Amino acid sequence: MQSWVPFVPESASTMSWKVDAVYFYLSGVTLFFTLLISAVLIFFVLRYRRRTPYEIPRPVAGSHKLETLWSVIPFIISMTIFGWSAKVYFEQYNPPKNAMEVYVVGKQWMWKIQHSTGQREINELHVPVGRKVKLIMTTEDVIHDFFVPAFRMKADVVPGKYTTQWFEATKTGRYHLFCAEYCGMNHSGMIGSVIVMESREFDNWLSGNAGNTTPAVAGQQLFQTLGCVSCHGANGEGGRGPTLTGLFGRQTQLTDGQSIRAEEPYIRESILNPQAKLVVGFGPIMPTFQGQISEDQLVQLLAFIKSLQIANPQPATPASPPVSRPQPQPSAAASPK
Amino acid sequence: MKAIEAFETPQPSKVNYINAQYGLKSWLLTKDHKRIALLYLGSITFFFFIGGLYAMMIRLELLTPQGDLFHSTTYNKVFTQHGIIMVFFFLIPSIPATLGNFLVPMMIGAKDLAFPRINLLSWYIYLAGGLITIYALLAGGVDTGWTFYTPFSTTFSNSYVVAAGLGIFVNGFSSILTGLNFIVTIHTMRAPGMTWFRLPLFIWSHYATSLVMILGTPVIAITVLLLAFERVSRVGIFDPTLGGDPILFQHLFWFYSHPAVYIMILPSMGVVSELIANFSRKNIFGYKFVAFSSLAIAVFGFLVWGHHLFVTSQSVYAGMIFSFLSFAVAIPSAVKVFNWTATLYRSSISYDTPMLYALGFIGLFTIGGMTGLFLAALAVDVHLSDTYFVVAHFHYIMVGGALMGYLGGLHYWWPKISGRMYPEGWGRFSALVIFVGFNLTFLPQFVAGFMGMPRRYHAYPPEFQVFNVLSSAGASILGFGMLIPAIYFVWSMRYGKHAEANPWHLPGLEWRTQSPPLTENFETTPIVTWEAYEFAPPEETEIVGKFAGELV
Repeated sequence: MQSWVPFVPESASTMSWKVDAVYFYLSGVTLFFTLLISAVLIFFVLRYRRRTPYEIPRPVAGSHKLETLWSVIPFIISMTIFGWSAKVYFEQYNPPKNAMEVYVVGKQWMWKIQHSTGQREINELHVPVGRKVKLIMTTEDVIHDFFVPAFRMKADVVPGKYTTQWFEATKTGRYHLFCAEYCGMNHSGMIGSVIVMESREFDNWLSGNAGNTTPAVAGQQLFQTLGCVSCHGANGEGGRGPTLTGLFGRQTQLTDGQSIRAEEPYIRESILNPQAKLVVGFGPIMPTFQGQISEDQLVQLLAFIKSLQIANPQPATPASPPVSRPQPQPSAAASPK
Repeated sequence: MKAIEAFETPQPSKVNYINAQYGLKSWLLTKDHKRIALLYLGSITFFFFIGGLYAMMIRLELLTPQGDLFHSTTYNKVFTQHGIIMVFFFLIPSIPATLGNFLVPMMIGAKDLAFPRINLLSWYIYLAGGLITIYALLAGGVDTGWTFYTPFSTTFSNSYVVAAGLGIFVNGFSSILTGLNFIVTIHTMRAPGMTWFRLPLFIWSHYATSLVMILGTPVIAITVLLLAFERVSRVGIFDPTLGGDPILFQHLFWFYSHPAVYIMILPSMGVVSELIANFSRKNIFGYKFVAFSSLAIAVFGFLVWGHHLFVTSQSVYAGMIFSFLSFAVAIPSAVKVFNWTATLYRSSISYDTPMLYALGFIGLFTIGGMTGLFLAALAVDVHLSDTYFVVAHFHYIMVGGALMGYLGGLHYWWPKISGRMYPEGWGRFSALVIFVGFNLTFLPQFVAGFMGMPRRYHAYPPEFQVFNVLSSAGASILGFGMLIPAIYFVWSMRYGKHAEANPWHLPGLEWRTQSPPLTENFETTPIVTWEAYEFAPPEETEIVGKFAGELV
């Protein structure tokens, strides 16, 4: 797992070199200053060593000019590091819109992965090279962290919410997947591989593993068995409960006057804690499903609701009144509350 | 030359604080800050060697990629207990409770701390916290990591989390009382003439540390209490299945635990300021700048906790603010390094053991600080967080920084504390061994971390073995180096050469009384008519205008 440069891990994503560039800039700057300080220190220690036991050097008054100089210069340099690394950080945690979505559920001590086409994997993730992949992640128990060193990507997987990260692999191969957040007894065994394949190979792999129902279809079955249909309609057309068709990604007006973009965190919360955010015009009649469905089933319901798109989407005229307060762009870091 | 001779104080009497009274009771009920400092010295040394033993167990397990020495459950307990013992029972009390307790009154010309009984109480509280924690270790141990992240600690761990938490909770009060005592003492008990800007920098850094202790420690106490509350009574605070928020715990935990790093490093910086000035016989370059930078670090230190949460799904905008502030807090530390270096310009540097530790501190703390910038840089932290890079970074700050300062200070003031000299040759030798061993242990971990090795791994992929073998080899050298001072300090208490009142020929107040001092420290209250680190008459002061002009 080594690149051609010694002591640099293999690079296999579009983000790798961007992170490495900041890393090398930082290395250069810090190495220069560390060597400079060491050189001056060693020079002084040798040059001004005590030669006679009772010598007293002349005292020196400080110099505000010098002190200002060596406060301002490091500050300016550190701001360049700050700005550059912040820019890359935004890219790291803002998944592109057209990414292929994969669901990840962490569990002591394994990674359960499901593709939107239905294939399931454990501790392995197959992805095609050159395509943007967005991971939508949660966990059944404690905090985990999905870390692929070769992609220079990592994000905590937090119980009770969805976190996301994305990557675009640039090189085929098999790369380490580590759990990077201590999660108990077999933490160091919660490892696996990300396998990056050529597009054609990946398609073969997909068809070779076909036969599973897709998460959306599984979600539709759950939608029936859990009785969601009685209020939200067989196809999410609504009734006693709000319409679900075309809901995903849209601004929704709430009874408390706020509005919220209906994405993973909101839909998750509405299933587990329906009373938290009520849609305008609907009463608090939905029961909670907290403790009754697993994270896997939640992900499937989510996939089903996502699949309920209107044939001719009209984003400009949502069912709810016009939004007065635009929400910030959702990101990996947006908390559900 | 005249000035040096004037500092000499004759050894006036054979009575001192150690032999003033005899018997166990005279120690256990003492109100003398110097005796309490020794009580602390004994107890933190005990905990240091327990923590060190755990460190050796970690390094032994990681010698091979397979988890073959311990079961993973045992390994998880070992690194957790290493962290808890070292952070809460060694590093946090280390310098303030021993050297600080001993020297704060002496350096400002006072007879004792403002509240001698509270000072003794703080040691008993520390002991109680320590005993509860030892109970937790003996009963079965803790496996949550010293960070106690939820919901693992509140819901999933089957170990003695509440007992360990209680130990930390109780121990916190000893920190608070020590901080309170220092602040009141420094405000009200300075000798006549000891103005704020004549205080040794050791005092300034202890003042800043005390502020952090008083303001920060209650937060960890509350956090641990909430954790125990959720674990015992299942009230939802942090566990999402109970309606809590696991990330809230991390905010609360780091709101204390990041400033706690400054509780460890600020006193050490104070010691290093003393060592640099006194062993180069030079006033500190930019005294006020160094003094205020301690306060700046204490204040800014409270605003950067969020840099521990860059990958936890914290808002990217919050991440940006915390990153910016983390870079800002690095500046006062950098200023200190530059000012210490500038102090050495045209000075008279001795190579005694304490100075070797001070120079080692500057080197290691610089590396620790520089690698901190990598972790403050958002994009780079995404890759490095929770890897061995982080482990290496904070060991450079806590061991390379805090521990080096502590050892340097212990050697420097040992003649005053014990009335005996330590063996200088062995001192220099062990300082060198510790420096080499430390770097060999932790430099390879930076590389292992950048290569992607996650921390807290019991077994690891074989390509990381080379770094771990180097690290374990370094740790054995480091451990050996630590044993040498432990042996010769004990040896010197009986066999060491008797120390003069002022063996280093220095102007500070603590050297103007006998070694070991009287119970009351000074025969008469000193009147201070000189500036800090005044080796030569002030009229000889050289204005660095010319020197500065050349550079600017």
